Amino acid sequence: MKVGVISFPGSNCDEDALLAVVEQLDEEAVLLWHKDHDLQGADVVILPGGFSYGDYLRSGAIARFSPIMHEVVAHAKRGGPVIGICNGFQIACEAGLLPGALLRNQSLQFRSMSVTIRVESTATAFTRAAVNGRLLTMPIAHGDGRYTADATTLDQLEGEGRVVFRYVDADGNPTAAANPNGAMRNIAGIANETGTIVGLMPHPERAMETLLGSTDGLVLFQSLLAGMPV
Amino acid sequence: MASPVTTGATPRPGDPTITPALVAEHGLTNDEYDRLVTMLDRTPTFTELGIISALWSEHCSYKHSRPVLRTLPTKAPWVLQGPGENAGVISIGDGLAVAFKIESHNHPSAVEPYQGAATGVGGILRDVFTMGARPIAMLNSLRFGSLDTPRVRYLVAGVVKGIGDYGNCVGIPTVAGDVMFDPAYEGNPLVNAMCVGVLKEEELIRAKAEGVGNPVIAVGARTGRDGIHGASFASEDLSEESEAKRPRVQVGDPFTEKLLLEASLELIRSGHIVAIQDMGAAGLTSSSAEMAERGDVGVTIDTKKVPVRETGMTPYEILLSESQERMLVVAKQGHEEEVRTILFKWDLTAEVIGEVIAEPVYRVTEGDQVVAEFPGTRLVTDCPQYHPEARESPEAVARRARDVHAIAPLPSEADPAWTLERLLMAPTIASKHWIHRQYDSTVRTNTVIGPGQADAAVIRIRGTKKALALKTDCNGRYVFLDPRVGGRIAVAEAARNVACTGATPRAITNCLNFGNPKKPEVFFQFREAVYGMGDACRALETPVTGGNVSLYNENPHGAIYPTPVIGMVGVLEDVAHATRLNFTTAGDAIVLFGENTDELGGSEYLAWIHGVVAGAPPACDLEREKRLIDALLESIRSGLVRSAHDCSEGGIAVAIAESCMADRAKATGASIDLGAWNALPARALLFGEAQGRVVISTPEADQVLAIAKQHGIPARVIGAVTAASDGLRITTGATTLTMATARMAEAYHEALPRAMQQGAAEPVAHDPAHIGVSA
Repeated sequence: MKVGVISFPGSNCDEDALLAVVEQLDEEAVLLWHKDHDLQGADVVILPGGFSYGDYLRSGAIARFSPIMHEVVAHAKRGGPVIGICNGFQIACEAGLLPGALLRNQSLQFRSMSVTIRVESTATAFTRAAVNGRLLTMPIAHGDGRYTADATTLDQLEGEGRVVFRYVDADGNPTAAANPNGAMRNIAGIANETGTIVGLMPHPERAMETLLGSTDGLVLFQSLLAGMPV
Repeated sequence: MASPVTTGATPRPGDPTITPALVAEHGLTNDEYDRLVTMLDRTPTFTELGIISALWSEHCSYKHSRPVLRTLPTKAPWVLQGPGENAGVISIGDGLAVAFKIESHNHPSAVEPYQGAATGVGGILRDVFTMGARPIAMLNSLRFGSLDTPRVRYLVAGVVKGIGDYGNCVGIPTVAGDVMFDPAYEGNPLVNAMCVGVLKEEELIRAKAEGVGNPVIAVGARTGRDGIHGASFASEDLSEESEAKRPRVQVGDPFTEKLLLEASLELIRSGHIVAIQDMGAAGLTSSSAEMAERGDVGVTIDTKKVPVRETGMTPYEILLSESQERMLVVAKQGHEEEVRTILFKWDLTAEVIGEVIAEPVYRVTEGDQVVAEFPGTRLVTDCPQYHPEARESPEAVARRARDVHAIAPLPSEADPAWTLERLLMAPTIASKHWIHRQYDSTVRTNTVIGPGQADAAVIRIRGTKKALALKTDCNGRYVFLDPRVGGRIAVAEAARNVACTGATPRAITNCLNFGNPKKPEVFFQFREAVYGMGDACRALETPVTGGNVSLYNENPHGAIYPTPVIGMVGVLEDVAHATRLNFTTAGDAIVLFGENTDELGGSEYLAWIHGVVAGAPPACDLEREKRLIDALLESIRSGLVRSAHDCSEGGIAVAIAESCMADRAKATGASIDLGAWNALPARALLFGEAQGRVVISTPEADQVLAIAKQHGIPARVIGAVTAASDGLRITTGATTLTMATARMAEAYHEALPRAMQQGAAEPVAHDPAHIGVSA
């Protein structure tokens, strides 16, 4: 498996994602420069966290116009797996790869903390190795993470099993107190219709090693391997 | 003092005439102006006056502090770069080095907290990556007044957001720091930012201009009119008029900083450049003058070639602008295109604005016209140095002499649990989670121990087994009451903190925040505190590798507590030994390293419960601190220690309470017997701040006690870790303190969020001595 991690000029989790794949999964990964038009044969694309172009306007609003995004969208349309993490989730929504938007946290403050999320769907390229209902612990670090969509879209997402992760408490309940940013229906991550594109606010690439506190992010990457032709 | 070089510069049309009033407005004394005229052998131009005003400001010149700073130890075999560069650098073995520095942004933050703090972070980041190091962690040392004041809550919110937004965007984790609250900082918050970076030893680069004919290149953001005379602003007392100086505060752009970071590291590694320096305080002026001075070469700059943000900027404005996210680079001759290509990749500009010259002058032109010219490097080296009078204030003597045992306990203190609960709610002691959760502490995936989990942060070094332990610290109250002892404690506590995580303390950077040095009592504090730091740095083998001095932290209500903030770097040889502060396992023995003594002076207990800042601060036996650290490290490296936490503000009772519930999700109880010290007054035993004490939990008490004995450190089993449902129980002989773990956790974790919502709980009593003349 070859993973392509997009480097926008303000990406700051691109290297983390690359190292997660190379060091923890022992798979090939390359950084893909935002000004390029070449995915270098990547099977999977990661849109990493950060502040793509400074995000002074609206998180991810400018990134979608970058040259490499043209190729990412084409790859996605071919059914290629794409995961948007944090800023990458925001970019995927701005680029129309996923529905809805990520608004300023309800607290109006940045939130950096460990959260618990519940796997709500295993019908995606990034969760097929997980078990439904499993609780995962991983960090969040964002200012704009409040997932928002109109009621029809939300109902559609729920109905089609496209809500992939929900913020929950230690007992697995999606309470208001467990919701770090005011996301509608405690939604932490969603997928497209076919489950090939997933966006989430938490950082699985920061939860790959016991030394750093959690290995719960591994399952997202292992899911990819499970789906790859050997 | 006759100059060997005749210099000439012509006033520009429209330049104001040099008058005594204009000289005074530039903050130069008559003597300093005379020195300038002697150096030039003529009347300076307006541009030259501006340059000297910036370079000879306290902020840039250290003119009052340098002679005292020279007494600090700066050398050790592992020190690769001591003071005098953009940042200090130490070797950590394996061919790797660590660059680190702390710097203040107090004055800007006092009038514009968000941008002031944000640009403080930006400046210190640039200081570290210009050494060739990739920044891996940020720390902050903050001091504020009482949270009861809406203005202080506004400052806290703004500073924290400014730090967070900048560091989060650049993608450097903010992992540790220290935050204290005291009315002494009411009008003068302290915002000190520290950055730590890692580099390969061979990639170390210094900001030293070399090579006649080499081009001088301005890199990064364009120069605008913001921050002009920021350095001079930082060199005067704050006053009612300071608010009007808000335009002197710079505006930060972290996105450009991120680009500049990547571009600078690429430039340094490309081999196309010989030197690089941040255009920080006093902007282009100080960066070019200091690089020339270090290389002992001449330099010429044409202000017409500097990329500017607005039209009509004069050389004076261009030279003194403190627009952020700019670098000055000396490239190798003929490599200009390669430099431009790298900058262009990151959408940044690079313009050749001058040249290194053989002629020993510092020359600024506007096109063909010379607007400023100084002989050699004398504009840096001729700066006056002062040896101000130092005299301890009678007030400090009286406060120190006060018999604090005569202060009667409040009726509520009959139950020590009441006192403990109050102390856990004191903003200085309470959990800083409200702050930390606004900082990305896990980006870059190296954070082994983040904020609030241990006495210091632990960051692993990828590709090795090693890790760094990082901490800032300073109890300004101790320094206020006894500067020499307080200076020692600041270093000793930072070292102890780092050792509690399992790291060997290696070196420090410091940020010396003081009042107006022209006041004898302030200069006394400064001199004695630095001497105290020097004592501790020698004893603990942690040399000073650099730092920053921030004076004139005064407002009409007086000076801040003298606050020499220490930024300590420690090294763990094996990250597997990284140790947290929380108890983990019921049944573990709780062991105290060190001795409980009868010392209440300068304590948080007296300040928060009684509103009294008095008494002698606790004694600091440096030789014993060193042995304590050795004993602790041996115990940790032998795999015997499950948690370690030093006793600081709030004493042993607070330390044990924190070990029970700082990690709220995995809280425990503890059963403690301090009967061995029943001769001490109970409140001094529980809440006094005797130094040199660490509370550890261990399954192997006998082995740990044996190690302590070998090192000559008193140690004793004082209790055991229990289940959270058992709560905390401490008997002192005379009295017993019991408190539910949930109640401790509620007090400790909810106090700051609540205070930021509605103001802190009122301190119980107000002693007039706290603000007025001592009793």
